Amino acid sequence: MKGQKQQFVTIKGTKDGLTLHLDDQCSYLELVTELSDKLSLHYTQEDGPLLAVRLKVGNRFLTKNQEEELRTMIRSKKNLIVDTIDSNVITKDEALELKRQSEIVSVSKMVRSGQVLKVEGDLLLIGDVNPGGTVMAGGNIFVLGSLRGIAHAGYHGNREAVIAASVMKPTQLRISDIMNRAPDNLVEEQTEMECAYVDENETIVIDRLQHLTHLRPNLTRLEGGI
Amino acid sequence: MGEAIVITSGKGGVGKTTTSANIGTALALAGKRVCLVDTDIGLRNLDVVMGLENRIIYDLVDVVQERCKLHQALVKDKRFDDHLYLLPAAQTSDKTAVKPNQMKKLVEELKQDFDYIVIDCPAGIEQGYQNAVAGADTAIVVTTPEISAVRDADRIIGLLEKEEIEPPKLIINRIRNHMMKNGDMLDVDEIVSHLSIDLIGIVADDDSVIKASNEGEPIALDGNSKSGIAYRNIARRILGESIPLQSLDEENKGVFSKIKKFFGVR
Repeated sequence: MKGQKQQFVTIKGTKDGLTLHLDDQCSYLELVTELSDKLSLHYTQEDGPLLAVRLKVGNRFLTKNQEEELRTMIRSKKNLIVDTIDSNVITKDEALELKRQSEIVSVSKMVRSGQVLKVEGDLLLIGDVNPGGTVMAGGNIFVLGSLRGIAHAGYHGNREAVIAASVMKPTQLRISDIMNRAPDNLVEEQTEMECAYVDENETIVIDRLQHLTHLRPNLTRLEGGI
Repeated sequence: MGEAIVITSGKGGVGKTTTSANIGTALALAGKRVCLVDTDIGLRNLDVVMGLENRIIYDLVDVVQERCKLHQALVKDKRFDDHLYLLPAAQTSDKTAVKPNQMKKLVEELKQDFDYIVIDCPAGIEQGYQNAVAGADTAIVVTTPEISAVRDADRIIGLLEKEEIEPPKLIINRIRNHMMKNGDMLDVDEIVSHLSIDLIGIVADDDSVIKASNEGEPIALDGNSKSGIAYRNIARRILGESIPLQSLDEENKGVFSKIKKFFGVR
């Protein structure tokens, strides 16, 4: 009987491990039943090392609970463990969240003392940050004017984030959880644009803007979005 | 319909009251009908600077709480022939005695009768500030060339941007020219670029300002003093004239400084 029926679960072995292609047209219940059957039928080898499995679910949207169910099912059957679950679809909320995290938000204003400007993605500020003002971004911070206040890039914990400003005179710089404050003795006026990043010693370094090309090649994004 | 200007600074002691008194005086001298409103309830000074302390019968709180009519509380300044009035603050209550919407109503009422309402704001950013700003159409921020004053001015400008008023203008007060030249004080250009708002006037630090305030005669009455001219210039700029900034240099110069001036070196 199984022979005539369309197969909902296809198992493929690749050099990276097993890939389970799960049909995206059948009902979730059918899928779970067949997957359960298949896993009981095949691969009776025991005591082998853990084998990573990748699930490709196509255009099916799995809720967090369903994902968890599949993971536990596969884990309980054999010495298999789910490595990744790959779906072509995400919810609108997730998409918007992704967009917010990856877009460059441009803001044209002066951030004055006592004001806080906070964005999820990258921040492009067309204006100054005055002492006592704060700018925060989930991603990078680019200030076209002078940065004299506090800048906090990658505040969700992204250490790759950078801060760049035409005039870099901050009271404090923060990238992820690393902090750096201005030297107490004033250095002479810099005319070049500068950037700040976290180096391999986990300290914030200020350098010429041009160095970023080599340090953070990911900054080049010819297409917006995801 | 008049225009209400609030004079504010954030920091105390930078010369808000002196500036209010002098701008009011200069506007009145220019032939406008002006009403000065002191909103520093509990710590009123504007009446003293104007030399009108002994004529106060009712005050701002009396008006707001309807113990008297508005015109009863206005103190007329006899020097200006019906051009300058003062609405004094109460000394016995505190800032919470008035609400912003009451202030707004009061200023609206004054705007019917006067060309300019100059509102003297108390220091700080609390209720007193809220009251003072409530009725204003435009704001003038006073600062001195000190970092602390500039910081507070920056904060105030940020707060003013949230109000529905025109972008504020800047007055830099108490400039000491020799210190600015030495670089011991922030210079005018630095402050203006830092705060990035329009400069409407600069006033040099001048002993005669203090003397005049103590005597209850605003310095703007003295058309010969440097500060008096500075305040008159500010008033003329408020009236829409375009006047170059006063030179800060002292008058008695040698040949060399005249040459420098000729070449535009300041």
